Amino acid sequence: MSDQTPIFEARGLRVAIEGKEILRGVDLTIERGQVHALMGRNGSGKSTLAYVAMGHPSYEVLGGQVFYNGQDITELDTDERARLGMFLAFQYPMAIPGVTVSKFMHAAIKARAEGGTVQLREFREKLTSAMDLLGVDKTFTGRYVNEGFSGGEKKRLEILQMFMLEPSFSILDETDSGLDIDALKTVAEGVNATRSSERSHLVITHYQRLLNYIAPDVVHVMMDGKIVRTGGPELAHQLEANGYEWLEDELLQPAGAQETA
Amino acid sequence: MSGRSDELDINDDYKYGFHDPEVSVYKAEKGLTEDVVRKMSEMKGEPDWMLEFRLKALATFHAKPMPKWGSTELLNSIQFDDIYYYLKPTEEQGETWDDVPEYIKDTFEKLGIPEAERKFLAGVSAQYESEVVYHSLQKEIEAQGVIFLDMDAGLREHEELVRKYFASVIPAEDNKFSALNSAVWSGGSFVYVPPGVEVTMPLQAYFRINAENMGQFERTLIIADEGSRVHYIEGCTAPTYVRDSLHSAVVEIVALPGAQLRYTTIQNWSKNVYNLVTKRANAYENALVEWVDGNLGSKLTMKYPCVNLLGEGAHGEILSVAFANEGQHQDAGAKIHHVAPRTTSRITSKSISKAGGRSSYRGMIKVEPDAVDSKVHVECDALLMGDSSRSDTYPTMEIAEEQVQVEHEARVSKVGDEQLFYLMSRGLTEEEALVMVVNGFIEPFVKELPMEYAVELNRLIQLEMEGSVG
Repeated sequence: MSDQTPIFEARGLRVAIEGKEILRGVDLTIERGQVHALMGRNGSGKSTLAYVAMGHPSYEVLGGQVFYNGQDITELDTDERARLGMFLAFQYPMAIPGVTVSKFMHAAIKARAEGGTVQLREFREKLTSAMDLLGVDKTFTGRYVNEGFSGGEKKRLEILQMFMLEPSFSILDETDSGLDIDALKTVAEGVNATRSSERSHLVITHYQRLLNYIAPDVVHVMMDGKIVRTGGPELAHQLEANGYEWLEDELLQPAGAQETA
Repeated sequence: MSGRSDELDINDDYKYGFHDPEVSVYKAEKGLTEDVVRKMSEMKGEPDWMLEFRLKALATFHAKPMPKWGSTELLNSIQFDDIYYYLKPTEEQGETWDDVPEYIKDTFEKLGIPEAERKFLAGVSAQYESEVVYHSLQKEIEAQGVIFLDMDAGLREHEELVRKYFASVIPAEDNKFSALNSAVWSGGSFVYVPPGVEVTMPLQAYFRINAENMGQFERTLIIADEGSRVHYIEGCTAPTYVRDSLHSAVVEIVALPGAQLRYTTIQNWSKNVYNLVTKRANAYENALVEWVDGNLGSKLTMKYPCVNLLGEGAHGEILSVAFANEGQHQDAGAKIHHVAPRTTSRITSKSISKAGGRSSYRGMIKVEPDAVDSKVHVECDALLMGDSSRSDTYPTMEIAEEQVQVEHEARVSKVGDEQLFYLMSRGLTEEEALVMVVNGFIEPFVKELPMEYAVELNRLIQLEMEGSVG
């Protein structure tokens, strides 16, 4: 596989849940080392794309394909995708009562490790330094996963996992929603610190706010189950300034739609 | 961590503790008659009062109807005439290793149980004398005046003490199965802890078993004298294979003023067993009694540990876990009887039903008049896996005093698809994800166990969860 192979690709992806078509032909290519932002209104299909990319069993792929590193993963189970190097930071992370953060983290790392073994000491050191970097409280590791966590704590844990698991491709599903500025900065720091030529990110967001801290290479806008426009960071600013209506109006003019496609 | 022996010193001890089996095999007589009871008592050389107690209990057993709860269908299918009530040494050996079901052997293998121990657990070799462990423990506690014997030896050596407390907490006529046990009991533990003595090491029945096999009708009596402290552990996480399908034990605890006693049970019977057990404690002034009770395996388990809070300021606690897998019915629960003022209790019941298994919580809280300022907290959590699994809650409360605080919480949850998706998105397989959710669910129970039991229980859950993913 040459380095030119995109880390992630959706081709003509059509997806339904409970019989209702949500994604209506999505084409998206993410190159290695890039940060892409996916913007759009609520209900435009952004989160659906995140779930489908990760293989959520409730979604039905009606057509099209998903590729990871050139491999067709459309039929793969969620855990297989994760072990290939994909990661999803959840908008609403689930609580796992009775399972401590450190136990959970250890299991996740072990699941991805070659031969299934992890040096406990190495693991602890890595966890401690990741927590320091992200400004996460030491007591975190002994708490049960997401149980009784505040919104900000949940998102911090997602970023901490992204940090520890070292995925090649991370999707952040509205990780910024409901966050105060400190938590937002933690999220941004997590992405920026893991940015490298080997790691790519798809940052899904409703607002441009997060993009003040994470400079995306490419910005996509999704409407009604399709990516309707792709551009540089300026696209996010245009949206911020003019609202989604502006884009809708533009799209109604046939010439405008060709501009950046 | 490279294996069991690294983490579990106790099992190292085991390897050396179990000697080669003595040739001590059993022959049995079937059926339950007065004659059988007389012969049994005579063989044991028991005092007359015990024989009379047995005979009276036998009559009670015959007269008592079957319980109308739990599973009446299964209860009524028990063939009492087809059971060996007393086993005595003889030259014939009934079972061989070949007769042990494959799934039991397989589980031993996976749990890494040492060869010699496997046969013992499978009931194939009649006995292992875990002398080394037991005797070193004995030496230590004897110096403190603690008595830790099997019940038969207890009766022989401490007759007055036994006579004073035997059946004082659970009379023979309490229920049909306590009557049965009273008539034909054999084995079990007798423990006495003198006033003010703190036994630092848990007393483990497992180390004590020498004269008898896994008893069918065990009788355990524990007396914690004033201000003493003791932790007693019964059972083990390894599956206990018995050919005889009825296990009906009676456990009585007397916690005298200021005593603190914890009784931990982990039972994992083979899937043919009817496990019908009566467990009760009397807690006097400021005494603390805790039942920590884990039930896996068996076909039907009916077990409701009870604490009678008889003295002011007494506290009772019952923490239980039941795992009902395919074809199993765990009817477990708890009973607390607040008799004295300012008594407190807490019940935490956790059940897991999987692949059509059925678990029930059956609880009884009784607060007598004058038990003023008493507090009760009941929490029942059920976890369901698979569409055909079942969980029921049957709480009963009889509160005759107004000035009390009673809280009851019940929750039923399913292992959610979203929970699994979350864990799988981190790379765990579906089965690993399920195991993690289930182990998390029982964590409040597991963290109360001694380390080696906790490790084994988690591993056991993993085995129970195997093949749960289609």
